[in-house]
Amino acid sequence: MEKISTLTGIGVPMRRSNVDTDQIIPAVFLRRVSKTGYDDALFYAWRQDPDFVLNQEPYKAGKILVAGSDFGIGSSREHAVWALRDYGFTAVLSPRFGDIFRGNSGKAGLLAGQITDEDAEKLWAAIEANPGIDATIDLVARTARVGELTVPFEIDDYTRWRLLEGLDDIGLTLRDEERISEFEARRESWRPKTLPVKTQ
Amino acid sequence: MSTTNVSARSPRTLAEKVWDNHLVTKGEGGAPDLIYIDLHLVHEVTSPQAFDGLRMAGRPVRRPDLTIATEDHNTPTLAIDKPIVDLTSRTQIDTLRKNAQEFGIRLHSLGDVEQGIVHVVGPQLGLTMPGITVVCGDSHTSTHGAFGAMAIGIGTSEVEHVLATQTLPLKPFKTMAITVEGELRPGVSSKDIILAVIAKIGTGGGQGYVLEYRGSAIRALSMEGRMTICNMSIEAGARAGMVAPDETTYAYLKGRPHAPQGQDWDDAVAYWNTLATDDDAVFDAEVYLDANELEPFVTWGTNPGQGVSLSGAIPDPGGIVDANERSAAERALEYMDLEAGTRMKDIAVDAVFMGSCTNSRIEDLRAFAAVIKGHKKAEGVRVMVVPGSARVRIEAEAEGLDKIITEFGAEWRFAGCSMCLGMNPDQLAPGERCASTSNRNFEGRQGKGGRTHLVSPVVAAATAIRGTLSSPWDLENTPDGQTTPDGQTTTDAKVSA
Ligand code: SF4
Repeated sequence: MEKISTLTGIGVPMRRSNVDTDQIIPAVFLRRVSKTGYDDALFYAWRQDPDFVLNQEPYKAGKILVAGSDFGIGSSREHAVWALRDYGFTAVLSPRFGDIFRGNSGKAGLLAGQITDEDAEKLWAAIEANPGIDATIDLVARTARVGELTVPFEIDDYTRWRLLEGLDDIGLTLRDEERISEFEARRESWRPKTLPVKTQ
Repeated sequence: MSTTNVSARSPRTLAEKVWDNHLVTKGEGGAPDLIYIDLHLVHEVTSPQAFDGLRMAGRPVRRPDLTIATEDHNTPTLAIDKPIVDLTSRTQIDTLRKNAQEFGIRLHSLGDVEQGIVHVVGPQLGLTMPGITVVCGDSHTSTHGAFGAMAIGIGTSEVEHVLATQTLPLKPFKTMAITVEGELRPGVSSKDIILAVIAKIGTGGGQGYVLEYRGSAIRALSMEGRMTICNMSIEAGARAGMVAPDETTYAYLKGRPHAPQGQDWDDAVAYWNTLATDDDAVFDAEVYLDANELEPFVTWGTNPGQGVSLSGAIPDPGGIVDANERSAAERALEYMDLEAGTRMKDIAVDAVFMGSCTNSRIEDLRAFAAVIKGHKKAEGVRVMVVPGSARVRIEAEAEGLDKIITEFGAEWRFAGCSMCLGMNPDQLAPGERCASTSNRNFEGRQGKGGRTHLVSPVVAAATAIRGTLSSPWDLENTPDGQTTPDGQTTTDAKVSA
């Protein structure tokens, strides 16, 4: 994974709450087996509407998404993160995220930062007052800046560290391989086994 | 969940006990805990990229014997003996088959007697049991918490992580008790409980929490009913939902193909009996619901928290204080083509979907069939019944439920996710309105432009008969003529599900 410390790009104000992952990428696009190439699928239904924010210049080339509360709720599909990333987004800010979406973001190198409702309003206003203005995310300082406005965002220490260092989760866990084997040695025999196959 | 109380003597909740029991390493300095995973369920949609990752890194699957795969999300529910028409879909299914073979994973393919929705198959095989950790690349993994398991939905990167290491780094959760006391009235079911819970705490209300469902109304439910409730924990934003195991759990599990046997069974039960939340344990949050007061519940909007009693009307967004929620409600009404003040029972539907991992088990089908028996479906309404697994389909046919369903005028399909997510050809047309026993009423969830009202199986059945959102209480010619709380008569569809 690439190391992330500062991200800069056009800020996009998405004044909607409860943006679920079915909206971020509808199920029909989940038939593919690849991890990239989902940019056209992003917000597919909403993008049919000419008034949708990503159909407006200059937001088309957006990089930093500022969304309403409960962004990424619903389905666990990591395709939602891949679609945002493929489109060009590097960070999403929201007052609250769906848990699984936030976890997926951290793994797939999309920064998900939590802001307050008031700061979401302020960021929207700052961006809308100057459409096309850059937003800058400083992961070290945990701040988002638009013009004169700087607001803090929250991201847990561990995810932040992994993003800053560009670390692979599986590699990190396998450092504890011995502990996993020890744990396995103490597991009780009543616990489920899928093999050998038994059926009714 | 707060793992500050890890000492064996301090009082703990069910969730904390299961968590502590699976701790491989305790996270330090803000790092997550490393949790061992007892059971990993896999399906075709969220796994191809995970297997790719393993291949690229040259990693094997650590424990194929704790892993099982089924085809469900993207499979057809008609003509399952023919090749899948859509090429991309066929490739996805073929990819799972190739991966399962290459990595030595047990797979139940389309046409196999154990194929079905992953959350129906696990419990049915007796693989889901109390006190274990379960993960799946699917948010409704929370279903398995009905057994007193810690069951968590994960993304594809995490699927790869579990395949490679059989563990998952997880942040501690907070705990929330959802206590439901009292007795459900006839025609009110577990689906109504969970829809009411979500309407009460909101789609984000459970965020960061593991929910534990407790109280006399929960204890009285069957395993199917408990699964329906735990299934939808994710719709309240929670990472998991759980019910402490009891005799109902053991009776369901005993004798199933993969349930423990002999000494293992005795050892397991002895351990499971220690899992219930200690009397003096403290939850981080508590919510109460009165089962006696509950009516059939239905959603009017585009998230599962936007629901009301079926006898009620669509609320006026103008009365919502929170600006965000107000605009969400306005948007939802526009999308749903509904107006504030409309009585829910005046809403006509084009389709009824009976299925999904929320309500497609044998008990759900029985409840549905009991209401429609002897009726014909409303004219012009498309009714689709999709069993949760091939096994459920066989069981239903052995009981003659398929006859009742087809004589009613409904379609009787093969097992899969089907119109719950509209990934295969089972979709709503733009503008179509559907009463659905599934779990998500998001915009376009059941097909682009489709409109979804979430309901219980018996409400789906009554709606299919009348063509408008209805409960069994609204049906005429009720067999047992019982008077219900809203002054009407009931059918004999007394459901505990
Ligand atoms: S039935 Fe619906 S909710 Fe359940 S696993 Fe399938 S798609 Fe997901």
